[in-house]
Amino acid sequence: MSIFLTKDSKVIVQGMTGSEGTKHTTRMLASGTNIVGGVNPRKAGTSVDFDGTSVAVFGTVADAVKETGANVSVIFVPPKFTKDAVLEAVAAEVPLVVVITEGVPVHDTAAFFAAAQASGTTRIIGPNCPGIITPGESNAGIIPASIAGAGRIGLVSKSGTLTYQMMYELADFGFSTAIGIGGDPIVGTTHIDALQAFQDDPDTDAIVMIGEIGGDAEERAAAFIKDNVTKPVVGYVAGFTAPEGKTMGHAGAIVSGSSGTAAAKKEALEAVGVKVGKTPTETANLMREIMQNLSK
Amino acid sequence: MDLMEYQAKTVFAKHGVGTTVGEVVHTPEEARAAAEKLGGGTVVVKAQVLTGGRGKAGGVKLAANPDEAEERAREILGLDIKGHIVKTLNIVPAAAIAEEYYFSFLIDRANRNYLCIASAAGGMEIEEVAHTNPDAVAKISIDPATGVDEAKAREIATAAGYPADIIDAVAPEIVKLYGVFLAEDATLVEVNPLVKLKDGRVEALDGKVSLDENADFRHPEHAAFADSSAADPLEAAAKAKGLNYVKLDGSVGIIGNGAGLVMSTLDVVAYAGEEFGGVKPANFLDIGGGASAEVMANGLEIIISDAQVKSVFVNVFGGITACDAVANGIVQAFELLAARGEAVSKPLVVRLDGNNAEEGRRILDEAGLAGLERVDTMDGAAKRAAELAAK
Repeated sequence: MSIFLTKDSKVIVQGMTGSEGTKHTTRMLASGTNIVGGVNPRKAGTSVDFDGTSVAVFGTVADAVKETGANVSVIFVPPKFTKDAVLEAVAAEVPLVVVITEGVPVHDTAAFFAAAQASGTTRIIGPNCPGIITPGESNAGIIPASIAGAGRIGLVSKSGTLTYQMMYELADFGFSTAIGIGGDPIVGTTHIDALQAFQDDPDTDAIVMIGEIGGDAEERAAAFIKDNVTKPVVGYVAGFTAPEGKTMGHAGAIVSGSSGTAAAKKEALEAVGVKVGKTPTETANLMREIMQNLSK
Repeated sequence: MDLMEYQAKTVFAKHGVGTTVGEVVHTPEEARAAAEKLGGGTVVVKAQVLTGGRGKAGGVKLAANPDEAEERAREILGLDIKGHIVKTLNIVPAAAIAEEYYFSFLIDRANRNYLCIASAAGGMEIEEVAHTNPDAVAKISIDPATGVDEAKAREIATAAGYPADIIDAVAPEIVKLYGVFLAEDATLVEVNPLVKLKDGRVEALDGKVSLDENADFRHPEHAAFADSSAADPLEAAAKAKGLNYVKLDGSVGIIGNGAGLVMSTLDVVAYAGEEFGGVKPANFLDIGGGASAEVMANGLEIIISDAQVKSVFVNVFGGITACDAVANGIVQAFELLAARGEAVSKPLVVRLDGNNAEEGRRILDEAGLAGLERVDTMDGAAKRAAELAAK
């Protein structure tokens, strides 16, 4: 089991014929993802060969869904076109849309998130995220499948490379699902959404949650954990040394006045019993201890 | 990007919001000329800095005539307001204010839509009002799908407790401010104070606007708002090379891939630095997932040109880009820099982990680069870099 993405997921790629799309479609296929199509209106009816696997190109998301029964779309189109691409997937009622694209204007994200909410059928992950992987089953995005295999830890993170780092540190235990939710001010799937799903997933025993400066998503996640999560959670927060008012790479990673600081997030998490590591390695070791105790 | 008051008001005016842009000056003499141009009467001399609390810091002063405007300008120019040196002044005619209110639109990260915050208590810090008198602050959720029309604007004005006699005048201004928020791709549009003038008109007396840099592709005109004189020279040089760099105060130069990992690297270095008398990171630099040789060389070039940097920590996790490619990138970066006459003269600690780490480490070892040390854990490498910086 897993959250949001399983071996039965049928994945299409919007922007498959672009350079990033091509590169990562090859990687997703190599890690066992069932990719059933790509979308490009100018190349409809053709197919693309990825190391011996032929993938059909459809003119629209609706056509791809109709022909293949696709239920996941991974989006690699450039920021200018991302909003329309997501709106198209929402209109075609694709249940899971993973938006990898970095640099999407926040008003565009607000618009497509509102459309997804109104549809009641689409969950969005991202934008500006590495996507989601259920090791051994499916990989929708750019997380390298080689880092870690299947296991019983659930991972949710704002950061891509910290996702990889944490998976690497805990590769000996493996993951039920690892999900990078992205570091933009508005994201389609939050820490809370993932925590709820991991709590409900019988094959997840414990959860690692990685946050960073900006907003109050971690504080809200802490309040959620207190009332709703019984599985052990360990946390890590990046950005203790970030100065006020400077954006640290991710559009959402900014301390404004006294809000959004790493210290406040750590404090909120610890107040509800989440163990928070000072470094990624220390955090991994906290989880290691929990997993060892669970297996006793 | 945050706009200064006069820039925000310029944007307001472009969208038809009632405001007085006034004159923008940089010297006391220009301030006098501006006051004369505005009719020679009473003007307000306002420091243009990207921080709050200007009034309390003595950055906003009345001047009864052009002589006084010149004097006040002389006092305000060069003031240090929370670390921001005043270089620009906005001169506006003194307004006959009847009442002051607060108004803003912003991105609501928690609810993932827009939020309007409005209050009949204006002119003060809204956080303070919200703290001392929360009932006086209305927070109205805005659905991006439906936005703000005249009816919604009236609902907002009423919820805010604006007096009934200004609702007709303020509602169209609210609709226009929402237009600014959307059309300019702003993440914040704040008017504090929004004022009722004695003649009954409603005007934005001050303005704070933050623009979404992700939307720059559809706003080429926004480039003109950037204050190049305020930017740190290293930050400006990094930006010109397309690098994601933020200058900090410490002595350990940092290069990493991925925003989260780099933020984490800064923290780990600061922790490790506690052991060595408080050594701190010198910068944030994310070279991205690709980590090509050229980007690595450009990044190293910026960092070694920072006089404060005593050691450099390159922290790369090989995910999409394998470590052997990153190692080759580092080797080529050394060659590129040597060719540019800027050989790496500061000690460098490299931590490579992840995809193909062993091959990457072998490449670095064989290259035998002067001053380069390899430490294979993030915590260990941070400690070594801090130690080298403390020497």
